[in-house]
Amino acid sequence: MADLEELYREIILDHYRSPRNRGELESPPAHRVEGFNPLCGDEVVVSLLVEDGKLADLKIGGSGCSISQSSASLMSAAVKGKELAEVRRLIGTFKGMMSIHEATLGPDGDGLGLGLGGGLDDEDEAADPEPVNLEALGELAALQGVVKFPVRIKCATLSWNALAQGLDEVAAEAS
Amino acid sequence: MTADSSAGTTGTTGTTGTAPAPAPAPLNTEALRKDFPLLARNVNGRPIVYLDSASSALQPHAVINAMTRYYETTHANVHRGVYATAEESTALYERARLVAGRFIGARDAAREVVFTKNTTESLNLVAHSWGRANLRAGDAVLLTEMEHHANIVPWMILSEELGGLDLRYIPIDDDGRLVLDDLDRLVDGVKVVGVSCMSNVLGTINPVRVIADSAHAAGALVVADGAQLVPHAPVSVEELGVDFIAFSGHKMMGPTGIGVLWGLASLLEEMAPFLGGGGMILDVKLDSFRPAPPPARFEAGTPPIAEAIGLMAAIGYLGEVGMDRIRAHELALTEHALARLDEKLGPDVRIFGPPAGVDRGGVISLAYRDVHAHDLAQVLDQFGVCVRPGHHCAKPLMRRLGVQATARASLSLFSDEHDIEVLIEGLVEAGRLFG
Repeated sequence: MADLEELYREIILDHYRSPRNRGELESPPAHRVEGFNPLCGDEVVVSLLVEDGKLADLKIGGSGCSISQSSASLMSAAVKGKELAEVRRLIGTFKGMMSIHEATLGPDGDGLGLGLGGGLDDEDEAADPEPVNLEALGELAALQGVVKFPVRIKCATLSWNALAQGLDEVAAEAS
Repeated sequence: MTADSSAGTTGTTGTTGTAPAPAPAPLNTEALRKDFPLLARNVNGRPIVYLDSASSALQPHAVINAMTRYYETTHANVHRGVYATAEESTALYERARLVAGRFIGARDAAREVVFTKNTTESLNLVAHSWGRANLRAGDAVLLTEMEHHANIVPWMILSEELGGLDLRYIPIDDDGRLVLDDLDRLVDGVKVVGVSCMSNVLGTINPVRVIADSAHAAGALVVADGAQLVPHAPVSVEELGVDFIAFSGHKMMGPTGIGVLWGLASLLEEMAPFLGGGGMILDVKLDSFRPAPPPARFEAGTPPIAEAIGLMAAIGYLGEVGMDRIRAHELALTEHALARLDEKLGPDVRIFGPPAGVDRGGVISLAYRDVHAHDLAQVLDQFGVCVRPGHHCAKPLMRRLGVQATARASLSLFSDEHDIEVLIEGLVEAGRLFG
């Protein structure tokens, strides 16, 4: 069960059992975004407070599986208090790590040995995001085991997508 | 096809003493398992334990071979060509219609069985074609709290289009059974009742006949979702007393891509087409068209021909095993599974739905400690166990149960006591991992 232990690393279980930055911020002034995973019913509520070009505060609400909850908790710890540009860079890096591009497609094209190429070569896949700098991710790198379980990627990225949406909405309001 | 010989192997010793005395001859699951090539597969180094038939069943050789043979020897479009294979193909497709109708006791299958894509499309067809013509703003539609989204959302879409329907729900009790005490009041003034024959989450087999009688007394039609019951128990539309019933091929060991809508001919005759295109018309002019009679009226475009033939083979397979024996097997195994889960895991496991009995099918939704269903299913996968985590497309029911998701193990004619032991082994490991 090496893959499973890779997936459920101790740091992930720790953040699942003792989530950081739980709760909601008063809105307004904070901005509130909900994220849903329609596949499993996981829900996340991200409250974010942007001040002076920084993500001054954020809280995580909602409930879900260990991957969605620990990812949200790890995210909150990683981005809180950071400059917005750095937050966005981190979102990009994290989502780059969650790309299933290389993990699932084998050389025969279908990855399952069914002999089905279908003309879909690796080059046809969505363009690679920027190379992933795992060191820049710090503790977040613990979530890389999720990539081996593609269905769970949506769990891991749920809170990140909500945060990205929240930042976009705050930026749109400000302009 | 090995179903015949295996199904005929009876009197196997060593079966549990839990089956009721007058039960049909027990199934020889060991022999039946050989009919399913996918069961030979290992997953994560363990033999696959397939407990997800409520989501989609596996296919026996009989189905796969019938479809392959059809493609290799016969395929042509139906209702069009006059060459030999086109005639054969058409005959097979129409024969599949009769077989599907006879399977549910339809009197006039040639006119009353419509092939669709799946249960969802069948239910949408009713809401779209019958509902749009017969419902007006403010009309009441009665559903149940345990309906699958497929029998809720089409009515909601219609409600938005018509300017608001009065959507009512038959509630459930804490055992997951429908509460019918208030049925007469709920059904009063209702135009259509949508009810699941068997819950895809709770396993509850609903008293559809009782509901149908009340509905008809109130002047309402009944649309039954048969997706879970039709594959697992003998079903007769006359005994159920419904006006429409929908079910899917892939949940009854047939292929994906084919479903059935059965409806009373008198109702189908009055309904407008669902999709427009080839095959569903009598005549088309530059400014108008005349629709074909049912069922062709509802089968626009080239239909799922090979899938219909695969469905016919699946029905043949189920028939040879015997629906009454399948039902008895799954009931006994459900009883065994619930007892074993309780014995091994006690209060750590919460089972949703009624206790095993005549109103309970082989769908076992559970929660284990506070481990999320997604995590349970992930750990179970390491044991080769396939279960479905999630809300099972029944979010109103999930809210009623006060949970976000459950892990659902669902039984099949080939499921056995060993499958249940591996399930328990996996749950224990999940408990250890998440402490």
